[in-house]
Amino acid sequence: MNEQVGIIGVGVSGFAPVTPGLSFKELTYDAAVKAYTDAGLHPKEIDSFITASEDFMEGYSIFDEYVPDQMGAVLRPVHTVCGDFIQALGVGCMMINTGHFKTIAVEAHSKASNINNLHAVRSFALDPVYIRPLNENTEFIAGLEMNRFLMESQNTAAQCAAVVVKNRKNALMNPQAGHGAVLTEDDILQSSPISLPLRHLDAAPASDGAVMVVLAASDVAKQLCKQPIWIKGVSWFSAEGNVWARNMASAEYARKAAFKAYQMAGIRQPSKEIDFAEVCDEYSYKELQHMEAMGLARKGEAGYLTETLATSIDGDLPVNTSGGSLGVGHTFEASGGVKVNEAITQLRHCAGVRQVKNAKIGLVQSWRGVPTATGAVAILSNE
Amino acid sequence: MGYRKVAIVGAGLTKFVRRAQETGPELSYLSSKMALDSAGLKLKDVDMITLGTAPDAFDGVHMKGEYLLSGAGGNNKPYIRNFVGGGTGVFAPIHGWMHVASGACDVCMVVAEEKMSSCHPHPQGAFLTIFDHTTEQPLNPTLIWIFALEMRRYMETYGLTSEDIARVAVKNKKNAMDHPSSQVAGNFSVDDILNSEMLAEPVHRLDISPASDGAATVILASEHVAKRLTDKPVWIDGVGWNLDTSYWATKDLYYPRYVEKAARMAYDMAGIKEPSKEIHIAEPYDPFDYKELHHMEGLLLCERGQAAKLTADGYTARDGNMPVCPSGGALGVGNPIAATGLMKVIEIYLQLKGEAGKRQVPGNPKVGVAQAWGDLMQVGTVTVLRR
Amino acid sequence: MSIENVPVKGLNSAEYDQALKVTCQPDLQYNWDNGIGIGKYLQGLKNGVILASVCEKCGRIMLPARSFCELCFRPVDDYTPVQDSGVINTFAICHVNWDASRLKPEEPRHLPAVIEIDGASPGMGIMHILGNIKPEDIKIGMKVKAVWKPESEREGSITDIRFFEPI
Repeated sequence: MNEQVGIIGVGVSGFAPVTPGLSFKELTYDAAVKAYTDAGLHPKEIDSFITASEDFMEGYSIFDEYVPDQMGAVLRPVHTVCGDFIQALGVGCMMINTGHFKTIAVEAHSKASNINNLHAVRSFALDPVYIRPLNENTEFIAGLEMNRFLMESQNTAAQCAAVVVKNRKNALMNPQAGHGAVLTEDDILQSSPISLPLRHLDAAPASDGAVMVVLAASDVAKQLCKQPIWIKGVSWFSAEGNVWARNMASAEYARKAAFKAYQMAGIRQPSKEIDFAEVCDEYSYKELQHMEAMGLARKGEAGYLTETLATSIDGDLPVNTSGGSLGVGHTFEASGGVKVNEAITQLRHCAGVRQVKNAKIGLVQSWRGVPTATGAVAILSNE
Repeated sequence: MGYRKVAIVGAGLTKFVRRAQETGPELSYLSSKMALDSAGLKLKDVDMITLGTAPDAFDGVHMKGEYLLSGAGGNNKPYIRNFVGGGTGVFAPIHGWMHVASGACDVCMVVAEEKMSSCHPHPQGAFLTIFDHTTEQPLNPTLIWIFALEMRRYMETYGLTSEDIARVAVKNKKNAMDHPSSQVAGNFSVDDILNSEMLAEPVHRLDISPASDGAATVILASEHVAKRLTDKPVWIDGVGWNLDTSYWATKDLYYPRYVEKAARMAYDMAGIKEPSKEIHIAEPYDPFDYKELHHMEGLLLCERGQAAKLTADGYTARDGNMPVCPSGGALGVGNPIAATGLMKVIEIYLQLKGEAGKRQVPGNPKVGVAQAWGDLMQVGTVTVLRR
Repeated sequence: MSIENVPVKGLNSAEYDQALKVTCQPDLQYNWDNGIGIGKYLQGLKNGVILASVCEKCGRIMLPARSFCELCFRPVDDYTPVQDSGVINTFAICHVNWDASRLKPEEPRHLPAVIEIDGASPGMGIMHILGNIKPEDIKIGMKVKAVWKPESEREGSITDIRFFEPI
């Protein structure tokens, strides 16, 4: 893919544990208006639109039906990707690189608060023949992974707890975060078990919200935008689809997606060249596992980097300055969008007290959650 | 700027059946293995995969794409699922086209799968939840309502009779007798169709395609790879898709304007100015028989209101001036939603190569169009293929 | 390479009954936030009124009520009640339930229709049910009027209108 794609507009609505005043259409409309205004474009001028969503998270069969109105995309080319926001971002980049599209709008949202029994939806994702009949809370898979990951990497549960402490504290500095808190490691280590070693406070609570970005081919981006945020590399990967055959210790999907994105971006030493990273932390151990998979830390080192504050906002490699899913709230298909939004904010040097000094290159990464081994990575830069 | 050309170099299909023993991943594997074999490729030669499948409610799995991926070759690959309701079958190769035309990869496998039989008591029940949960579902709507409402509006606008419409079912079910995948092929008469059980006036049971299980796969390749693999590449010449408003009761149902917009997008890309003359062969989506007519008009293959007469005159028969649904369509082959659309793309592919066997239309067709439709009477997806 | 032999053999009903199966009855519960636009629409229904939205830019009077005009992509300018009568745009006479089971001969037929509501923009229809009418008498173009539940029974739902009957 030769054409460089720039992000010329972003808009978010949320993120909060509940958003009762707005329907999902209105929440997305809010984010869309902000994104289009930021980009200086009316939706009529956008060539195509992409939504990232899953039917059962919305409570509709064929959620695609309900997306065009709030994006201003009625009677336009719109499609839905059942994947994460960063995957949809990647598809948008591909579309621009075909040469037939100049501008693309990408949106995702979460109305997780509208699901009464999220655990039932999660369990509905399990293999119906081999796993669902076991009648376990689906997050047992995260417990299995955490156990194996800690054993092989020699990171500790306490270091995972340090991730939670860091991210929820960062979230207090993020006006858009829904779950900021001051916690100690003990709070997490003594919280009630979900599936040991995974505990209640190791898991990100859910949040509602919507994110939209506007992508443009480089000539249009330079024309319309003083500071486009360039997508230097984007890639997605699915590792072993069957849970029982999977290497639980290492996040292969993150490794493969990251190294492809690094290759596209010309990055050879990620831990040195990446200025900040927004990494999926839907469960505390995931932040460490993903850091190591993506070469941001050596094997077994991620926990140590967290403890020694190397990944705090003024550390050597700030991770999840937004607060991550642990601090913002997990927004499922939109969680990649939360991260892209933070990266844009950092790269535009608008992150206020959360600002990483001299931020030039950021990494954003998402994982689709249990029971998947699918994730995506993008490298963004302001140069 | 030079556009990268994309060709179809291989295809595979399973039989379409009411209840398959195979699971969804197994169905995906079978059609994908067949497609790879037909292209002379192995899974390791595939760079990226895109899978299209319609509502998760059918297979009964949330994040259905992730569940199917091991069967669709997605283990250890960049894999993604696309979804535009019933339009998915023709949109999936468009998604695949994006992968190759962008330069992101050279070989992309496009899989479409559906296992509707998992859904009990009847797959139709899954469609209850396509209606707006607040303003429509409390009325206990049925999928058939929207088709019956649209069919009546279409018939009344042009003064068409049930016989006019039933002729399409007769043609397609007969065409499907020559399709190896077919589920409900047969030699029916117009009376057979009209004497079948009335489900929701004016729709009879035989006006409707059946619920099905099935899968289809195509392999897409960039130009230099395609030319190495085959001396008969079939090019994806134009792609188009369009989504209308979710407020479906506020538009007049007699004409699918979103299909026209999608078609124009595809024709523009393919450089087609007079589709009724330049398109040799068409596979519009026909989940209900009147839909073939509705879509022929939306595809600008004939004047509005004229499609029924062309059918009656034999214009759209396999040996007619413009064969429509020579495969037998959904009405004859079966309707595992996403796989049906891809089956139609595969039909055009085979026809343009001259390899459609007993279904081959005469006259050496060079340009064909496949179209699918979906959501709540909202989505049109169109692909133009050229040899 | 024409496709001659395709894999997969279907199961007939007897074979299907014998086949090994795993069943699952999902229990997925949702409480959807109605938000501003639909919230007002439902409140209107509770008050016995059909509420529409007005966009002064395109001039449309839109049903159901919504908080933004999706064509002009701007907030609506006003909400306004429209009449509870209209004209049948299309209709169907349905003999099956949502799960494809057949209605019994003695059960009344379901009569869905798209009704263009008087006072809204031309063609602005809502889907609802017809009642107090013999199926064979229904015609496109017929004038119909809403039959409401008594005030005490209304909940703020589309079913606060029982059905539309001919005028």
